Amino acid sequence: MTKKQLLSRLLQMIVVLIGISFLTFILTYMSPGDPVRTMLSASGVMPDEELVQSLRGQMGLNDPFLTQYFRWLTNCLHGDFGNSYSFSKPVLTLLAVRLWPTLRLTVFSMVLMLLISVPLGMLSAVYKNTWIDYLVRGLTFLGVSIPNFWVGLLLMLVFCVQVNWLPVICSGGDFKSMILPSVTLAIAMSSKYTRQVRTAVLEELSQDYVIGARARGVQEWKILWLNIFPNSFLPLITMLGLSIGSLLGGTSVVEVIFSYPGLGNLAVSAITSCDYNLIQGYVLWIAVIYMAINLIVDISYNLVDPRMRLKR
Amino acid sequence: MKKKNFFIQNKTFTVFGVLAVLLVLAAVLAPLIIGGVSPVEGSLMDAILPPGAEHIFGTDKLGRDIFTRVIYGARTSLAAAFSVVILIFVIGTALGILAGYFGGIADTVIMRIADMLIAFPGLVLALAVAGIMGASIRNAVIAIALVSWTKYARLARSLVMKIRHRDFVAAAIVTGSKTPYILTHYMLPNVLPTLVITAATDIGSMMLELAALSFLGFGAKAPAPEWGLMLNEGRAYMQSAPWLMVFPGLAIFVTVVIFNMLGDSLRDILDPKNE
Repeated sequence: MTKKQLLSRLLQMIVVLIGISFLTFILTYMSPGDPVRTMLSASGVMPDEELVQSLRGQMGLNDPFLTQYFRWLTNCLHGDFGNSYSFSKPVLTLLAVRLWPTLRLTVFSMVLMLLISVPLGMLSAVYKNTWIDYLVRGLTFLGVSIPNFWVGLLLMLVFCVQVNWLPVICSGGDFKSMILPSVTLAIAMSSKYTRQVRTAVLEELSQDYVIGARARGVQEWKILWLNIFPNSFLPLITMLGLSIGSLLGGTSVVEVIFSYPGLGNLAVSAITSCDYNLIQGYVLWIAVIYMAINLIVDISYNLVDPRMRLKR
Repeated sequence: MKKKNFFIQNKTFTVFGVLAVLLVLAAVLAPLIIGGVSPVEGSLMDAILPPGAEHIFGTDKLGRDIFTRVIYGARTSLAAAFSVVILIFVIGTALGILAGYFGGIADTVIMRIADMLIAFPGLVLALAVAGIMGASIRNAVIAIALVSWTKYARLARSLVMKIRHRDFVAAAIVTGSKTPYILTHYMLPNVLPTLVITAATDIGSMMLELAALSFLGFGAKAPAPEWGLMLNEGRAYMQSAPWLMVFPGLAIFVTVVIFNMLGDSLRDILDPKNE
């Protein structure tokens, strides 16, 4: 990626971010819930009309829409995302505390997913159109059709309730509490990746260099792991980047099932309690992280793939 | 030589097509199948009964028959998934064709909005939208449609751009065809096959997303019979009454498998170069 391309990407990111901030602000502005009443009932005060009105004034909720938007945006740019109404803590602190468990869950489930899908995908490609291939393809088909929250619940039923090996509530944040959530996420993702690995490996298997290597008597496992594996991994990098990004924002369902103390769980509770500031901060942060990861992936693609460097 | 019957030639399509029709029929004819049992009212005398002769899927905490609720749930799930797919299909196609045909400002605006939505994990925004607008199945449909139309817009746009500057389009313009006529009679037929395939393969995944929203409490509301919601309600009784979460989940799974298979086989039929 040239400097010029990088610059235009960064500019584009800024435009998109402004758009997203505007969109989330409009959404929360139009929403039927009243943050003042929510806040008061959260702290156990009976909301009477006078108190509500004075608080609305104090919080600037009676100002015109654009004034509110620009005030919020300026604050955000200064790193101040406001206070969460329902937790009475700064939004940024809340998000920062919850980011780490989600990040850990994401990385762990990605590793698990690769451990499942790379061998399966390669097996299925190498033994194309044999019973192994059909079995793997059948499994991946079932895998994409199964709701991941149901998988989570079933795993919980078996491992926590029936045999009692693992905790039902995974709020501890230790390694044991991470097992089931990440297995659930890994199962959901691995069907998609197994198919991708299979396609990529099949593509590489049909290349001339494979025939050349075989003709020269290179052992089959060496061709497979030293030549085909690295090459077929390249197209996966983009997908992996996208997956990390969407996992950071998309683990809500699994986090809720296992009461895992991550970002997704926080977001769901923010939405149910009409916590505007927290929702906005969360959406904006996810957008930033997601775009940053995509950018890093694109840059790393250039570093990993020598053909990209040659093109310049 | 007599040409082989289409349905015999494409066995997978036929089998899953029939299954899908049966599912839709089951949803439409739910009251007939159940024979008058209400999906929302039960008797507390029959609360939390395990699956047996009288209640083949068991009953829940309010004594409602799970089998009845699963069958009625098909109505909600199918109707919602179809609405989402139709919505994103229509919106995405229309915007994509406009962007591709007119280019310029229209293209920039439409595609920047699409970029904005794509630069973003879909479920996060859908969650925010559904949560903020309030929990209802209609809002869940709107939320998912809002973040999912971009795929169709991109496809339609790129397909339109491919033929935009071909001679037959220029000829149509020169001979005085009106723009709406060109859009609907030249552009639309060109993009339709690809987009129909995409829509068919999307039904299953949309169903999963809707169920996920309902499961989180941002979709259907109690006491409505909806599979995602039923899973959420059954969660608390995992230990004492596992059937509460087994059957609704199974219903989602089976339905999604059927529609995914149907979509895949439709793609194989219409687009042979894919395989």
